[in-house]
Amino acid sequence: MQPNKSKFGWFRNNISLYLMLLIPVAYILIFHYYPMYGAQIAFRDYRISRGILNSEWVGMKHFVKFFTRNYKVWRIIGNTLGINLYQLAAGFPLPIVFALLLNYLPGKNWRKVVQTVTYAPYFISVVVIAGMLLQFCSTKNGLFNNIIAALGGTRTDIIGNPKNFWSLYVWSGIWQSLGYGSVIYFSALQSVDPQLHEAAIMDGATLVKRIWHIDLPAILPTVIILLIMRCGQIVNVGYEKTLLLQNDLNLSASEVISTYTYKVGLGGSTNQFSYATAIGLMTSVVNFVLLVAVNAFSKRVSETSLF
Amino acid sequence: MKLFGKGRKLSREDAAFLLVDNLLVLFVFLAVAYPLWYIVVMSFDGDIYNTALRLLPSKFSLNGYKAVFSYSKVWIGYANSLYYMVAGTLINMAVTICAAYPLSRRDIRGRRFFNLLFVFTMYFSGGMIPGYLLVSSLGMIDTTWAMLIPGAMSVYNMIVMRTYFESSIPGELREAASIDGCNNMVFLFRIVLPLSTPILAVIGMFYAVGHWNSYFNALLYLNDGDRYPLQMIIREILVINSVDSSSMSDFDPEVASQMLERMQIMRYSLVVVASLPMLVIFPFVQKYFVKGMMIGAVKG
Repeated sequence: MQPNKSKFGWFRNNISLYLMLLIPVAYILIFHYYPMYGAQIAFRDYRISRGILNSEWVGMKHFVKFFTRNYKVWRIIGNTLGINLYQLAAGFPLPIVFALLLNYLPGKNWRKVVQTVTYAPYFISVVVIAGMLLQFCSTKNGLFNNIIAALGGTRTDIIGNPKNFWSLYVWSGIWQSLGYGSVIYFSALQSVDPQLHEAAIMDGATLVKRIWHIDLPAILPTVIILLIMRCGQIVNVGYEKTLLLQNDLNLSASEVISTYTYKVGLGGSTNQFSYATAIGLMTSVVNFVLLVAVNAFSKRVSETSLF
Repeated sequence: MKLFGKGRKLSREDAAFLLVDNLLVLFVFLAVAYPLWYIVVMSFDGDIYNTALRLLPSKFSLNGYKAVFSYSKVWIGYANSLYYMVAGTLINMAVTICAAYPLSRRDIRGRRFFNLLFVFTMYFSGGMIPGYLLVSSLGMIDTTWAMLIPGAMSVYNMIVMRTYFESSIPGELREAASIDGCNNMVFLFRIVLPLSTPILAVIGMFYAVGHWNSYFNALLYLNDGDRYPLQMIIREILVINSVDSSSMSDFDPEVASQMLERMQIMRYSLVVVASLPMLVIFPFVQKYFVKGMMIGAVKG
């Protein structure tokens, strides 16, 4: 293509590119942007028979309802933030540590074995993970209780105890994604310039010093990017696993915003579409604002940013 | 990477570090591997009420697998899941390529606009209910389409693929091809896609695993058990603890306890049967896997 060709000529030659784009653009407009438009039912009393635009406009009614007419609201918000911060504190640094450990592990074959085995759980479905957990927690013959009993403790209803729920949720997640999460850091570590390490060895630096002064700075941009993305999820605990692990006994610790939204919107006998949409919209907005804020902060402080 | 100086003796500090390193990695390995191994062992164990910790089955038996395979719902679910996985992944790949290739071209007009249009949906969404209402108003409830179309493309995967095209297909190649009279479509199919097998394999695997493992779309959009994917059947058995006696081929209604017994026996083998396809596929794609992850991390 010559750069001095007319605009029209370029379009004529490349019309096929736009025809290709038509499909994904139509998809994204219908299945992602139309629901954003539809989210206005958060401010209306939605009736299916009336459609979106003809349903009565009620302003902030549903948002107010969430905070005032719902005695569980603070517990739900507390659970959501609590699980998230727990997950962030435990689940975010561990893959980094694991990647560093793998990087200095002598013996390539052993390392390969460890990597392959620790990646595996990531490919197991959330339903199976939840099923395994429930089975392991079984009082009669579950693995966890068998271990407790073998160590001389008494068998208890592990999953039914609200005190255990956050830990079960977070550590099963870490079990599942520790290996997978470390891939990205590990390959960043592998691409560190070997001359840096050679120079450090000549200067008599210990391994710990080399990790601190060479490896960590090298993976810092990756760490920051992933941390920013993680912050865009802070008021979002996935409903998929939570719904599966929830039962009446642990509800006080396991009800989070997303599961509550699902239940009032679609899971119950009466579907409160507008109310559930309002709660969902609120989380979307908070997550988005947090993401943008953290991103701007990072841009200023570390010059690394998502966009 | 060179980790240790040649011919140098390890300092005491470094030796201690490596010892701790080895021990920690061994601990992680055991903590991840033992539960997996335990499931496999228990799936072959004839005495699941024996609570002793074990490394091998206490009493070898195939009853668990027999119970799984004589439960017809598992077969229906398996077939449905396979269908959703294959058809869904084909749709995913087609739509993703249709977005990734044009956007990888630096000369396309409106590139910034289209990128923004796609990327914004990664960080903001209308939420679960408006999405459900849309699918419902399109008449997709209780149809196969509900399992295939609402997730037709992942923007994240599209960006990974686009970045790969950008970095591995030099612009000069296209100029040379176009001088030889090669148009965009021929260029895409004859040159770009064949040169991009690693990323196609990785993204294809991501999509396939996603389809195989998902249950929530089915929970939202399907009421009809005949269309349930395997994960929904597993959910019934492992999480809700309900089995459908009519689906058991040799079920004797006289013995009510038999049903519960069956359910207990098949729990572990069901996990193995359900997870096996993904764990078998993975090693084949593993060599491309790290590469795909790295490109994804470069950024959106």
